[in-house]
Amino acid sequence: MNSTSRHTLAVLVDNEAGVLSRVARLFSGKGYNIESLAVGTTDSPAISRITIEVIADDKQLNLLCNQLRKLICVHSVKSLKPEHAIRRELMLIKVSSGDSVQRNEIIQIANIFRASIIDVSKASITLAVIGDENKVETIQNLLAEFGILELVRTGMVALERGQYTIDEQTKMKGEFDYGKNVLQENYYEPFA
Amino acid sequence: MELNGARILLECLREQGVDTIFGYPGGTILNVYDEMYKMEGVFHHVLTTHEQGACHAADGYARATGRVGVCFATSGPGATNLVTGIATAYLDSSPIVAVTCNVSTSLIGKDSFQEVDITGVTMPITKCNFLVRDVNTLADTVREAFAIARSGRPGPVLIDIAKDVTASTAEYTPVPRKTHSKTGHLGALMQRYDFKPPEPDMEDIQRLADMLKESKRPFLICGGGVVRSRAHEAFRTFMNRVDAPVALTVMGAGAVPGRDPHVTGMIGMHGSQASNMAVDACDLLIAVGCRFSDRVALKPDTFAQHAKIVQIDIDRSEINKNVQTDHHIVGDAGRVLELLTPLVPEMHHDEWKAEVFTQPTETLYDEHPGCLTPSQVLSTIVTEAPDDTIVSTDVGQHQMWAIQHFHFDYPGQLLTSGGFGTMGFGLGAAIGAQTAFPNKKVIHVTGDGSFRMNCNELSTVSYYGLPVITILFDNATLGMVRQWQTLIYGGRYSQTTLDRAPDFVKLAEAYGLNGFRAASVEEFADAFKKALQSDRGSIIDCIIDTDEKVRPMVGGGSHITDFMLN
Repeated sequence: MNSTSRHTLAVLVDNEAGVLSRVARLFSGKGYNIESLAVGTTDSPAISRITIEVIADDKQLNLLCNQLRKLICVHSVKSLKPEHAIRRELMLIKVSSGDSVQRNEIIQIANIFRASIIDVSKASITLAVIGDENKVETIQNLLAEFGILELVRTGMVALERGQYTIDEQTKMKGEFDYGKNVLQENYYEPFA
Repeated sequence: MELNGARILLECLREQGVDTIFGYPGGTILNVYDEMYKMEGVFHHVLTTHEQGACHAADGYARATGRVGVCFATSGPGATNLVTGIATAYLDSSPIVAVTCNVSTSLIGKDSFQEVDITGVTMPITKCNFLVRDVNTLADTVREAFAIARSGRPGPVLIDIAKDVTASTAEYTPVPRKTHSKTGHLGALMQRYDFKPPEPDMEDIQRLADMLKESKRPFLICGGGVVRSRAHEAFRTFMNRVDAPVALTVMGAGAVPGRDPHVTGMIGMHGSQASNMAVDACDLLIAVGCRFSDRVALKPDTFAQHAKIVQIDIDRSEINKNVQTDHHIVGDAGRVLELLTPLVPEMHHDEWKAEVFTQPTETLYDEHPGCLTPSQVLSTIVTEAPDDTIVSTDVGQHQMWAIQHFHFDYPGQLLTSGGFGTMGFGLGAAIGAQTAFPNKKVIHVTGDGSFRMNCNELSTVSYYGLPVITILFDNATLGMVRQWQTLIYGGRYSQTTLDRAPDFVKLAEAYGLNGFRAASVEEFADAFKKALQSDRGSIIDCIIDTDEKVRPMVGGGSHITDFMLN
């Protein structure tokens, strides 16, 4: 049997109401928990890009991708291999800093991890960290002893390395588009 | 011209050539029904007893004609009553457009009276659905809905329209259907996929032709895709050219005439021994428009274990979903076969066919003296009813018996819920088919369990004077479930005995229909002749033995030749 692992899916969709729920529903409907989800617009205002991370085996992943590709609102789907992808997320973390000693320690940790300090108050410091889940979780663990007041993570976004893009015209993409392509012209005629 | 939303909807249906609508009015869809009233004579509206019946009728209409079936319902419970019908159409890839109206835009999201988020509810069971909040987008949405329902792999589409949209006005310009794919939102949708003409890959087709030339024991499975795309002519030409035996799935019935010498009968759980043995022994399996459901490929790992498996399907997501294939071609069944056939030489597989046909293609059921059997009933129908009779069924033992006994000659002749297995589908579907083909005979085969579910539609049969003949296999039990209880659950008949009201003959009479009861083959033959001659609908209550079984049977998840019953 295939073993399960964490996969990153990049999905281009119509930038319209209801599209996100259509996409997310497929995961819950098939019994998969979405580990991470990030959505934003692209260089085209009509198209959004969703990055989804899910734990599945290769076969399950294939089925999920295929179901996604079938949706009318989905333009393309690509599973990004970890070794060929750049994955980053942003974490904002608010840590309590009781005295100047603690504050200095937190600032040192921030410097080591190249996190930026974006807010300081008498009793707290807020940091912004960009990285993959290892980096983000490591700094989170280090800061835990100071007392984390609040934190938020954007979810992972990812791009493929090199010149490859999600828009490649592979044979499989052509085959999926065929099903939608049959819309062409005289779809009704054989039966009219 | 400036029209209100309700009128725009109806004008758009007219653009699509819709002349028949099945539906049920209610508060939010009143504007639409009001405009329909003013357009008297344009549409034939069939008022059913329940929205589920309307949805099954639209589905039956679509399956029988190949055109898009249309049903209307109001918001809330009206809309949710469609859900089982929409799911039935979705699982069997039947093209329907369901139109519901929702509460007004200002009331949406406030738990208003009869409000439900029906686009949310139907998301997993529609190809696509729409909530129309702006009258200016209505016409485009309707055009897109029809195109999506009918094209590619067909399926249901739902349009939910807020009530105020049906009342407010917008500029409407009629667009002939030929130009729909070039205008509006639909045109934009087409543009997205314009990099490649919609043609199957010739290299893939050539590879299959080569595989066929090497094969000594080719076997074909004809699935519902052949029926849906009306690719039966192309399939028959191909089949004759390669001279290979063919198994039919439940959904593929009618694509090849049931009496054709290549046909090995049904395949799968209740498939014939010839079909199931052949799929196990072949060296090349070509499945056309078949998704290898768990009722066909009962155990995917050992299905066609000695064969190279080739799948031809229009839906790429079906490839390798249930059974791992060796080769696939994505495309319309008819188009692929048209391109493939000229590449294959005229073949003869007499030895292989002889081997396959040593196994029975049909089940010989025993006669029980003094007791009416399903076999006697169905054989009588085969002899007495016209050859082009349309048959609708519900779900259960009677469904399998009917498919085993009738030999369907053309696509759309059998209307049955194969994928979703919806008990209560048959009567609605029969209404849809009889409405589409008033001059054909329509027979509805059912069981007492299924029939009780939606027999309220008898009032529709009666009101519209539809001469639908209901053949009711009355064994006073939920037969198929009881069969499983007998074979798998040690005879513990939990909640499957149906020795209860109504008296189906009296029920028929109450609805103004002919009611007959038959306990012997003579009584049945007599009743059936009377029913055929009558211009009213009829119910023939056939009293059969409680423990009559469907044979053969392979248990779920078992290897396809491990027959539990033979």
